[in-house]
Amino acid sequence: MNSGPSYQAPVYVVDGSRTPFLRAAGKPGPFLASDLAVYAARQLIARLPIEPKQFDEVILGCVMPGPDEANIARLVSLRLGCDESVPAFTVQRNCASGMQALDTAARNISSGQSDLVLAGGTESMSHAPLLFGQSMVNWLAAWSRAKGIVRRGRTLMKLRPAFFIPIIGLLRGLRDPVVGMSMGSTAENIAHRFDISREMMDEYAMRSHHRLAKGQESGYFTDEIEAIYSSDGSYYEHDNGVRADSSMEKLARLKPVFDKHFGKVTAGNSAQITDGAALLVLASERAVNKYNLPILGKIIDSQWAGLDPAQMGLGPVHAMTPIMQRNSFNLNEIDCWEINEAFAGQVLACLAAWNDTDYCQNELNLDGALGSLNQEKLNVDGGGVSLGHPVGASGARIVLHLLHTLKRQGKQRGMASLCIGGGQGGAMLVESVESNNISGVKKQSPANEIEVTNESMEQVEVKSELDNDTE
Amino acid sequence: MTLNENNNDFDLKNWSITFDAQNIAWLAIDKQDASANVLSQQVLREFEYCLERFEAEPPNGIIIFSKKKTGFIAGADVNEFIELKDEHQALQFIRYAQGLFERFESLSCPTLALIDGFCLGGGLEFALACRYRIACDDAKTKLGLPEVKLGIHPGFGGTVRLVPLIGPMAAMDLMLTGRIISARAAKRIGLVDFSVPRRHLETAASKTILSKPKPQTPSFFKRCLNFRILKPLVAKIMYSKLAKKANKAHYPAPYAIIDLWLKHENDPDVMMNQEARSIAKLVVGQTSKNLVRVFFLQEKLKEQGKQSDFKAQQVHVIGAGVMGGDIAAWCALRGLRVTLQDQSPERISPAIKRAAKLFKKKLKQPRLIQQAMDRLIPDVKGLGVRAADVVIEAIYENKEAKQELYRSIEPQMKKSALLTTNTSSIPIDELAQALAQPERLVGLHFFNPVAMMQLIEIVSSNQTSIEQAQHAAAFAKQLGRLPLPVKSTPGFLVNRILMPYLLEAVELLSEGIQAETIDKLATDFGMPMGPVELADTVGLDICLSVAEILTQHLGGNVPELLREKVKNGNMGRKTGKGFYEYKNNKAIKVKSSIDDSPSPSIQERLVSRLMNEAMTCLREKVVTDADLLDAGIIFGTGFAPFLGGPMHYAEKIGFEAQKAQFQELEQTFGDRFRPDDGWDSLKQAS
Repeated sequence: MNSGPSYQAPVYVVDGSRTPFLRAAGKPGPFLASDLAVYAARQLIARLPIEPKQFDEVILGCVMPGPDEANIARLVSLRLGCDESVPAFTVQRNCASGMQALDTAARNISSGQSDLVLAGGTESMSHAPLLFGQSMVNWLAAWSRAKGIVRRGRTLMKLRPAFFIPIIGLLRGLRDPVVGMSMGSTAENIAHRFDISREMMDEYAMRSHHRLAKGQESGYFTDEIEAIYSSDGSYYEHDNGVRADSSMEKLARLKPVFDKHFGKVTAGNSAQITDGAALLVLASERAVNKYNLPILGKIIDSQWAGLDPAQMGLGPVHAMTPIMQRNSFNLNEIDCWEINEAFAGQVLACLAAWNDTDYCQNELNLDGALGSLNQEKLNVDGGGVSLGHPVGASGARIVLHLLHTLKRQGKQRGMASLCIGGGQGGAMLVESVESNNISGVKKQSPANEIEVTNESMEQVEVKSELDNDTE
Repeated sequence: MTLNENNNDFDLKNWSITFDAQNIAWLAIDKQDASANVLSQQVLREFEYCLERFEAEPPNGIIIFSKKKTGFIAGADVNEFIELKDEHQALQFIRYAQGLFERFESLSCPTLALIDGFCLGGGLEFALACRYRIACDDAKTKLGLPEVKLGIHPGFGGTVRLVPLIGPMAAMDLMLTGRIISARAAKRIGLVDFSVPRRHLETAASKTILSKPKPQTPSFFKRCLNFRILKPLVAKIMYSKLAKKANKAHYPAPYAIIDLWLKHENDPDVMMNQEARSIAKLVVGQTSKNLVRVFFLQEKLKEQGKQSDFKAQQVHVIGAGVMGGDIAAWCALRGLRVTLQDQSPERISPAIKRAAKLFKKKLKQPRLIQQAMDRLIPDVKGLGVRAADVVIEAIYENKEAKQELYRSIEPQMKKSALLTTNTSSIPIDELAQALAQPERLVGLHFFNPVAMMQLIEIVSSNQTSIEQAQHAAAFAKQLGRLPLPVKSTPGFLVNRILMPYLLEAVELLSEGIQAETIDKLATDFGMPMGPVELADTVGLDICLSVAEILTQHLGGNVPELLREKVKNGNMGRKTGKGFYEYKNNKAIKVKSSIDDSPSPSIQERLVSRLMNEAMTCLREKVVTDADLLDAGIIFGTGFAPFLGGPMHYAEKIGFEAQKAQFQELEQTFGDRFRPDDGWDSLKQAS
């Protein structure tokens, strides 16, 4: 285990923007993963005093880019008008791909290799492909080799209706091939281990919806989300998976999806399948000074951890614990938490694990239980259960939202973490930066006492109407 | 042969010949002291010399190409057009050029035009005289026969050679519309033999010359329209389609193109002869002379944008209504990054939808459409204002609202950024009062529909700095538009001139004249749309508000009928009812009873109001000279281009006669026809 934080030099989050997370409606949504990333990032470019060509690199997390989106980061970079000379690459660490992009960007900044990086994640889960099975692929290969009517006829005879059954790419993506379990079943696993009941899960899910609804009502997402528009004249302003009227009765009616009949994990207490993107601009101190950039916060530390794939939902505790140890924090010293809600039961299991002496001693090498986390500080405006989990984007979203929450609450320190399919966990420690000085970052000031610009972001009142114009 | 032999006995200034190892002659055109190649008399004479050499000693093939970066050949020399004195001289020149191309065509060796960049008019006709054509497959390569736009038609054998090459329908489409097509489209219709990437141009040319493939011919189905039984029927359909677009009395050239084909297609020699006669007549005719004038007026407007090298990268448009939204879309189409601000996504989304439609129509290729969509950024929070090089305000017409907006955005804008307003009626001086730097504000007055109207009025207040106005003109040019600098007086130029004309039409309606009659007489005069339908299209509410502002400043009356319509909620096309009723967005018109009405006086009344107001604007120096005035009115209102603009038209009639006509109208209809004082000063000058 490392003894110091991951980043040697300060890494600033200048600004961030995300699309609304759009619930998949059982058919491909209006936006591709690259569209979503472009729409989120172009807002940043349009409002910051930087030109897209000034980025040193573009890093995007994405689990399932479309067939026309190989190295989606490069595609997005070029679509944004970044110079051809700006390199771009895509990272994939399943559910934490967006956080992986931030971590890679932060490491490159801290090492001095980059000064200004556009990083984040995007996913259009509704566009996950349908695939032909291996038998169909073999048949097609045989067909293309068959010459002449007789051979073709013979090949045709070998075609079976079963060959046409498509493989749903999304389901394959959400299944662990090593232990042969779907993600949902791993959640059942750990819920069972820590005795998390269906009622506890449903209650958690209901709270997630209510918190999101309240956050939307209170305008907590105004600075974070930019509406996106489709060519057909429709637009999307808010995370549309929210159910403000979610109730225990309604949730209780749902049947278990993964462990049929006797399981506890339902569609209602799992993360929703959604499309969305979240992008952030990360900068070194040098870039902040050079371009006179505003600052939203700092990335302090990060950690990746591995564990049994069948227990993958507990990944967050394995990733967050070393960060807490390294920085000598106890649970109360973190002001705000974002633990991605892959499953309600999985988040609850993480909290239970930290409260479990056995688990802490045997699995985390701690002296005893870490304690119980105050849930008033956790996922304060909802999470994956209510607003969805577009796998490539969530890691970037929770970091962005954490920074906005810290700013709103006037708090300092926040932790974001996700469980990762395949048995991993990722975590990132961030800090808000005091923003009451408008003189800009002082060049001589030490990195951890940076004062930032407080650019007035008031909206301009616009009252537009049809222009009075004659031809 | 060796290279040294090229420059003997005759000093070629515009052409050069080199022979390669296969004895293929590479004939390069590079017109001296010019940025683009045109077929001037001197260029053609030198070509004759080259031709003589090829006739004396034919090489294995001839490849014609351009050394200019701009393109192949842009056409005949328009400047030489103007100098043609009479039909006889024109005919001589045409026959000479035709003769050269015919000789070139009958050379025994294969010939090929290698087209990289534009290839227009006479340039394409030159290429048509070659056995093969190869075009470079890129965005710069454009082929077309735009002669009709100058009131003439192809005259170097183009009408004769095009039909057998691509069939009558495609040929007529190219010649009648004058539209410009890409290399790929040219390949598709058979106009060129190959469309290849630049890297293959030379190889493709020499391989084609050496392998001598069979030249292109149209398919049977395309050819069969030439059959004697079908031809009259096809021609009839063409005539009737054409009649809807252009009046034969005003625009004879397209009719002549169909005539030539209908009567002479079966005999190329006769057709060649008739083509020459027809174009010789057209080229010295009034329509062509005036359309050439319009061409030069257009060039003059383009010049207005060249006084500054201002170049924008990012534009912020405030107000996503019809004007603001379409302006933003146009800017994105032209490659700029655009943030479009309005109060809510609900207001912006219709603009995005219209933009998607525009991009689809203009760009066609999905990846280009996507790029344009990516550049158009909805911005409810208005954060784009800080990074913009140009801010365009296009909110509703209210002085206080605009001023309040300026107060909030001025401190946020970049120091170097241009602040513009699309106001159509509020004086810039008044709006600028809200600014810490009033010299910053320039009017950038687009017309509706933005994607169609080429003119942009660049409006300067008394305080606007010359530099800012020049920047604005350069920006208009960057948008591919024609900037017209005007002084900030009510209505600026275009609306001010249109309004009396529209109000006179309403006056006529109040007198009981049928709307159809009024519109018919206006289009007979040469206006693109009658004033009644135009008023409906613009929106009667908007007409009323502009009319009120103008009469408030300039005197005159707003007809009661207009107020009444607006009061009853009949705003024109957009509400389905105005002076006309609309079904499927089309006016329901009855046949005009034109014979029963005092028609000459109606036409006079309409046009006179417009002409007189134009003179007032000239006298008040709303624009700097009569040419810019004509240019503005033609490109801003569509005023009969074949008449060359109102001032040019008045000069043709004679200022004296013009004034007399006004006086006569004044006696019958009153004050509003009193001749402007400006006519007297012009009378003396002429």
